[in-house]
Amino acid sequence: MAAIDVELKNVVKEFTARNREGITRAVDNVSLQIHQGEFFALLGPSGCGKTTTLRMIAGFEDSTAGEILIRGKAVQHVPPFHRPVNTVFQDYALFPHMTVLKNVMFGLEMEGVPRREAEQRAREALQLVRLPNVEDRKPRQLSGGQQQRVALARALVKRPVVLLLDEPLGALDLKLRQALQYELKAMQKSLGITFIFVTHDQEEAMTMADRIAVMDQGKVLQVGTPDEIYESPNSKFVADFIGETNFVQAEVAGVSGEWVDVRLDENCIVKAVTGDQSVSVGQKVTLALRPEKINLFPVKGVVEYEEGSTETTEEYMRSLLKVPNMNLIRGRVRQAIYIGTDTRYIIRIPGDQDVVARVQNFGLRSDTFFDDGQEVNLYWNGENTRILLQ
Amino acid sequence: MASIARLPTGRKQRGFLLALPAVLWLTLFFLLPVLIVFVVSFLSRGRGGVGDLPFTLANYERVITVFGPIITDSIWIAFVTTVICLLVGYPLAFFISTRHDPRMRSLALFMIILPFWTNFLVRTYALQTILGREGIINGVLSGLGLIGEPLSLLNTPEAVILGLVYGYLPFMVLPIYASVERFDFRYVEAAHDLGANDLRAFLRVVLPLTLPGVIAGFILVFIPTIGAFVTPDLLGGTRGIMIGNLIQQQFRGSGNQPLGSALSVVLMAMVMIALLIYVRFGDRES
Repeated sequence: MAAIDVELKNVVKEFTARNREGITRAVDNVSLQIHQGEFFALLGPSGCGKTTTLRMIAGFEDSTAGEILIRGKAVQHVPPFHRPVNTVFQDYALFPHMTVLKNVMFGLEMEGVPRREAEQRAREALQLVRLPNVEDRKPRQLSGGQQQRVALARALVKRPVVLLLDEPLGALDLKLRQALQYELKAMQKSLGITFIFVTHDQEEAMTMADRIAVMDQGKVLQVGTPDEIYESPNSKFVADFIGETNFVQAEVAGVSGEWVDVRLDENCIVKAVTGDQSVSVGQKVTLALRPEKINLFPVKGVVEYEEGSTETTEEYMRSLLKVPNMNLIRGRVRQAIYIGTDTRYIIRIPGDQDVVARVQNFGLRSDTFFDDGQEVNLYWNGENTRILLQ
Repeated sequence: MASIARLPTGRKQRGFLLALPAVLWLTLFFLLPVLIVFVVSFLSRGRGGVGDLPFTLANYERVITVFGPIITDSIWIAFVTTVICLLVGYPLAFFISTRHDPRMRSLALFMIILPFWTNFLVRTYALQTILGREGIINGVLSGLGLIGEPLSLLNTPEAVILGLVYGYLPFMVLPIYASVERFDFRYVEAAHDLGANDLRAFLRVVLPLTLPGVIAGFILVFIPTIGAFVTPDLLGGTRGIMIGNLIQQQFRGSGNQPLGSALSVVLMAMVMIALLIYVRFGDRES
């Protein structure tokens, strides 16, 4: 395992309200280990404490309790100008009275790098972010994307141990943001510098990060790779915040190891997995099921299961039931919404609950379309039904 | 960049009408008098001190040869006053504008403006009684046994500077306050992040970005103080005389109006130079 660049041990940050009445806990007992060379995202809604956490690593805020270590050294009370980290600020905070080149040189001048060398290195940094030829302009003469690159160059030119990025793409429009996501990711890989990235955009975090810490109300709820977070969320909040999820209320009917039978109503039992939580028979639980994991096929007629191969629905059902842990239930389409790449069906299932199923539109719309009010068969693998207790 | 093409031609002309009352007023009561003063400054002293033919340069010669030292003293007094206002005003403005509580800010600004509620003349007389031989300062110091003889605080250039700083400090504080209030303190965080300590962050980032307020304050204090005459009259005595007192003397009673006009023209020229410096350097950033 790679060495640890940044470690947070039970870090707490409390703010006293301005009227001195009451204390807000912005960061609540956060512990994290961020590895060398990792692209790490702090993800959460606004006010979840992710920016405060980043600011404590940068040194702009002192923690109320706990310990922060950078490359193994405790940095409590070390001012930001003595920490081996640099920040790309949310709105870049480029110095408006300096040219682009002077902005990038600033950090080197503070280190006492001789002027000519500083100029040389600043030019290289601007090349690295693919922004030559604007050296003599003032920041306000640049577009948002260009300013973002200058901010990146200004921080990277210092060759920090860790680069901190506070929603650096937040102010840009969607297309540019996507392009810069790939570029940032590629740049981080080639430089090998640890990036800690704050964002409220789950797609952005999934696109760029090696690992994600999902935060809510000052706490870290889950840390993992994008697919761990997406496929095995450990709480309703994480399941709901990352992507789209159906929450289905059910009751435990039987437990055998990791596999659990849950009852949707008296006639309908489906298989689910618990993760490492323990449940007991009769317990009310919430199931999380991603809309794209649900497959649909008609109740009557034929199913085209492969190009050119068809089966009757009865034959198809029989073959599905041979697959271990396959869940097969019947529902009624309440609403079908065509959105181009796929169609979203809102389906009433047993237990009088609605779920959303997302079906990708491979063929023409007319081929696979179910109408409002039509009965359909739903099937999905039991491993995609996760029991959530919190 | 001032945009001349901001309005279409027709509307530009109608827009001019908005400025017409002010233009008329300034022409009648500012431009015309200035022109008269300028012309009179080249006349000879006639009966009763008013201007009379022939035209002469003698007034300017006298201004330079006789009053030169007083003019340089005036510049020096105004300059020292302005610098003290800056050294006192900048930290004060910084303190006020960085208060989180808006009520605290309003209260502080209110206290800065409070002295304006009293007539300037009254306030200057008050300083006279504070600084005088029998004044509060001498009273307290001799009461404590620290001095035997009363100090002569009044009727010195220092007393004039004290009075001017007291009177004009708000004109330094307010523009700097406006500048610092607009200042985005994330720039300081960025400077710290890039390795600048507090002092370097201030010198390289805070000061340059609040410089417009400093320059505005400098002009707003320097220009009125260089022409001040009430303060030096009441606090300066014979040793603290300034160019404003000279001008006043020439116009009072049977003085010498052409000489007073020449002094006025010289004063205006100095103010103009200060303003040109402001336009040249103050506007550079925007």
